[in-house]
Amino acid sequence: MTQHPLPAIMRAPNSACRSIMTQKTVLNETHRALGAKMVDFGGWDMPLNYGSQIEEHHLVRRDAGMFDVSHMTVVDLHGPRTREFLRHLLANSVDKLKVSGKALYSCMLNENGGVIDDLIVYFLTEDFFRVVVNAATRDKDLAWIEKQAAAFGVKVTERADLSMIAVQGPNAREKVLSLLAPDARAKAAKIGKFVAVEAEGPDSMKLFVARTGYTGEDGFEIIVPEKDAVSLWNRLKDAGVAPAGLGARDTLRLEAGMNLYGQDMDEAITPWEAGLAWTVSLDEGRDFIGRPALEKQKHEGVARVLVGLVMDDKGVLRHGQRVVAPGGEGEILSGGFSPTLGKSIAFARVPAGAAGTLQADIRGKLVPVRVVKYPFVRDGKPQDGV
Amino acid sequence: MQEIPGDLKFMKSHEWARVEDKGTVTVGISDHAQGQLGDLVYVELPSIGDHVQAGNACAVVESVKAASDVYAPVSGEIVAINEALPDKPETINEDAFGEGWIFVVKPDNLAEEMEGLLDPDAYAELIENEEH
Repeated sequence: MTQHPLPAIMRAPNSACRSIMTQKTVLNETHRALGAKMVDFGGWDMPLNYGSQIEEHHLVRRDAGMFDVSHMTVVDLHGPRTREFLRHLLANSVDKLKVSGKALYSCMLNENGGVIDDLIVYFLTEDFFRVVVNAATRDKDLAWIEKQAAAFGVKVTERADLSMIAVQGPNAREKVLSLLAPDARAKAAKIGKFVAVEAEGPDSMKLFVARTGYTGEDGFEIIVPEKDAVSLWNRLKDAGVAPAGLGARDTLRLEAGMNLYGQDMDEAITPWEAGLAWTVSLDEGRDFIGRPALEKQKHEGVARVLVGLVMDDKGVLRHGQRVVAPGGEGEILSGGFSPTLGKSIAFARVPAGAAGTLQADIRGKLVPVRVVKYPFVRDGKPQDGV
Repeated sequence: MQEIPGDLKFMKSHEWARVEDKGTVTVGISDHAQGQLGDLVYVELPSIGDHVQAGNACAVVESVKAASDVYAPVSGEIVAINEALPDKPETINEDAFGEGWIFVVKPDNLAEEMEGLLDPDAYAELIENEEH
């Protein structure tokens, strides 16, 4: 038995700056005590699953699950010109953030319009914004942000003292709210999607509770002081939230139609080519990094685009497989088995205009795949046409 | 983790082989292998009548994590395949050494071919070393 290359979520992404030592989150011992199968992810020793990835996936779709995402990097930005700086740094417009606590998903581009990373930015006050970036891109992200921030006098502080737990699923919010102090509960219960609030947790923990996620389910991502993370995890578990690993996180986000950095886009790919046009704001007069390159590509025409694929035959679409389309060839980006649909789904980059039925090359055999609209699954339900 | 049955022989690549009374060889993947792969979602079986060569890939198991070739431990003709697996690949996760068998080979030369395989103790040692 020989394994073919692992999908990216289970592989250490290539990063020149990756440290030699494997890093551990404060929950590492807790995962091991729960019997987790651990894997290296971007230089971090993280839980892949606690037994069955598929069961964990279904628990998030049907009830509530939690993920240790403390390997992600929280960066605080301080200074009177922070908004102005972010207008320049990000392809999405922070001017959409008008109320304190509001969050925005955006790409951070290089001069060529290639994606350095995707991130979430939270507006807290005019001189304080918070961004959360990917683990595998931490070093280059910090270097880039610091370099660009200098001209705006913005102070960049990595918050290694904070951990993060994502609680996701139709019952996730209710279970989190039950653990908050009464005042905080009322406050956190009211926040809309893509909004964060500071809230007092059990034992007076200082939590940052955001109604965001990477699963396509409702829920919260909770930023918690590292010293309190194990206690919060255990309390969530006692409240009936099931631990879930990175494996389930990957199948959940793919069903939800969400991109994975390094697999669906990277520095050689623009948002137009990665299905991320909706995150680019070409608002008038805003000079953001990569804008001229994006406008040029848009004007000349985008040759390759990202599409969603479903395979009705048995088998599994995997990263790197060749896709044959009428206008030429493409390739599978994120691909895998969808536990909710019981068949394989994928993102692929194909020649613009490819539609209908294409073919995927699975170990030398051409298998029909259908181009569909994604998300593949929303609020626990398969979408029409999938 | 399931106990390793004493009547099995193993390849280093984690396939097991059991010689049946009638001289055929039943083949599957070890419990250790299914644990490494995670939840299985697809199995590609050989066809009855295929002639397989020891050490060559003749089936594929795919989990949520990866696709893996399954090698034939012995050369011979495929005389049976586990037709329940394509619809219930998780059977291999649940019972790798029993209901999760994959195919049966009628070997060309039984005694000779089984010689190169590991006994249960040697296999247990191999996976022990893999884990450390």
